[in-house]
Amino acid sequence: MTMLARKPAATAPATLSAPASFAALPRVSRLRPILAQVIPPLLVVVALAALWQFAASGPNATLPPPTKVWADARELITDPFFDNGGLDKGLFWHLLASLQRVALGFALAAVAGIFLGLLVGTSDFAMRGLDPIFQVLRTVPPLAWLPLALAAFREAQPSAIFVIFITSIWPIIINTAVGVRNVPQDYRNVAAVIRLRGPAFFWKIVLPAAAPYIFTGLKIGIGLSWLAIIAAEMLIGGVGIGFFIWDAWNSSNLSDIIVALTYVGLVGFALDRIVALAGRVATRGTSAS
Amino acid sequence: MDRFLDISQLSVAFPKAPVPVLREIDLQIARGEYVAVIGHSGCGKSTLLNVIAGLLPATAGGVVLEGREIEGPGPDRAVVFQNHSLLPWLTCYENVKLAVDQTLSKTMSRAERHDWVLENLALVRMTHAKDKRPSEISGGMKQRIGIARALSMKPKVLLLDEPFGALDALTRAHLQDQVMEIHASRGTTVVMITHDVDEAVLLSDRIVMLTNGPNARIGEILEVDLPRPRDRLALAADPRFVAARTAVLEFLHARHANPALAAA
Repeated sequence: MTMLARKPAATAPATLSAPASFAALPRVSRLRPILAQVIPPLLVVVALAALWQFAASGPNATLPPPTKVWADARELITDPFFDNGGLDKGLFWHLLASLQRVALGFALAAVAGIFLGLLVGTSDFAMRGLDPIFQVLRTVPPLAWLPLALAAFREAQPSAIFVIFITSIWPIIINTAVGVRNVPQDYRNVAAVIRLRGPAFFWKIVLPAAAPYIFTGLKIGIGLSWLAIIAAEMLIGGVGIGFFIWDAWNSSNLSDIIVALTYVGLVGFALDRIVALAGRVATRGTSAS
Repeated sequence: MDRFLDISQLSVAFPKAPVPVLREIDLQIARGEYVAVIGHSGCGKSTLLNVIAGLLPATAGGVVLEGREIEGPGPDRAVVFQNHSLLPWLTCYENVKLAVDQTLSKTMSRAERHDWVLENLALVRMTHAKDKRPSEISGGMKQRIGIARALSMKPKVLLLDEPFGALDALTRAHLQDQVMEIHASRGTTVVMITHDVDEAVLLSDRIVMLTNGPNARIGEILEVDLPRPRDRLALAADPRFVAARTAVLEFLHARHANPALAAA
């Protein structure tokens, strides 16, 4: 215990005292950093809303101003959970349907993408054989796959999921492969000295070292999925936020479209943050340092 | 002389390079000996260490440890890397534990391995930080964990690749003293690469001085005839210490001045 006490005595109190004194600060000082984060975006939103109100208030305005959106779509904004049967549902149900498709398509893409990425990253043969094909296929726009998917599956639901899958898999494959190829030589040397080989080397060195790259791929992938699902749903119809927007356009409910777009943006942002958070937890804050 | 670690007629050439990095290195190291290899940057000191470690192949000649020729890396020649090379996703304890589990699982039970990890962390006085990750501790602490990890493999030879090069002077002195203590208590054979003359004289039994590369050879080997335990303060004025230091400086700066500096 003497050894324990000797060295940390100098460092430990310093690190401990920081949060303690932080908590002792008056409440106003603690709120200040939070307010500094919240106030600027709030001001910008208010300013943009005012600008929009002004721009859309003229007699020749083609788009509704915020006040009109509120008046038209009040029910849609305040009650996202109503369900009158058919397609007449609250936005929550449309978003839920879209999210379910994304969840399934993205999960399949994550599993297949990480597997293929690991393969391409570890095997030169797989790399030479598969990489040119990946590089060509990844440039195909998501919606271009839809007719082919509809022809193959003959149903809307699996076709939409396939579009999600094929859209989000490329960044996952490519980032995983790069992560595997970039395992630092230092770590390989350590593994060589302790004779860590085969599957153990893979699980204990390659996978953790590549994890930050894999999560970068997943983060890009989830963003692309959300972009693709909206477009795909516009074409396939049924319950889903994409078709909701298309339906609103067909019935000239511009206010509904604006509300839906806001929700789409917020959900996309949330998805991005959730994957980023999962990445931080999984790489335990040690990412590519 | 006891040929515990025997480097004979060792040459190392990299593919496509016209001249080998190291040429015909002959060096015998006794069990328990502390040998420093010193030379200017680019003379191939680290190459020599990597060949002993088995991380680089020899082009000609070879290295024999306890009568067995070295083929590839292994835990009997544990390396402390210059940049610590700790795995950032593991805690300090887990970094050492990984090496212990990997190298000693046949001879030690689970509980024994756990105790052995803690014993090695205690040896470098890092018990307090065992559950921290490398990003949360200082450079000197990381290097101590690196030393604990290397020692925990029960190596026959401990290879130190400029282990204190990236540290500030005070931390470096502290770690040098710790390495001296460990060398005394565990009796491990040590080969240390360094470019620090004081460090080489203070720590070593012999100093191997390499000529400038490429085509580097052993220019001279200096016996450091100083009693152990050594104390840096007492030695600073010791004429034998000063003489050894002068001899190394003279080799490095008068007879084999850095070619890069000479050209500039």
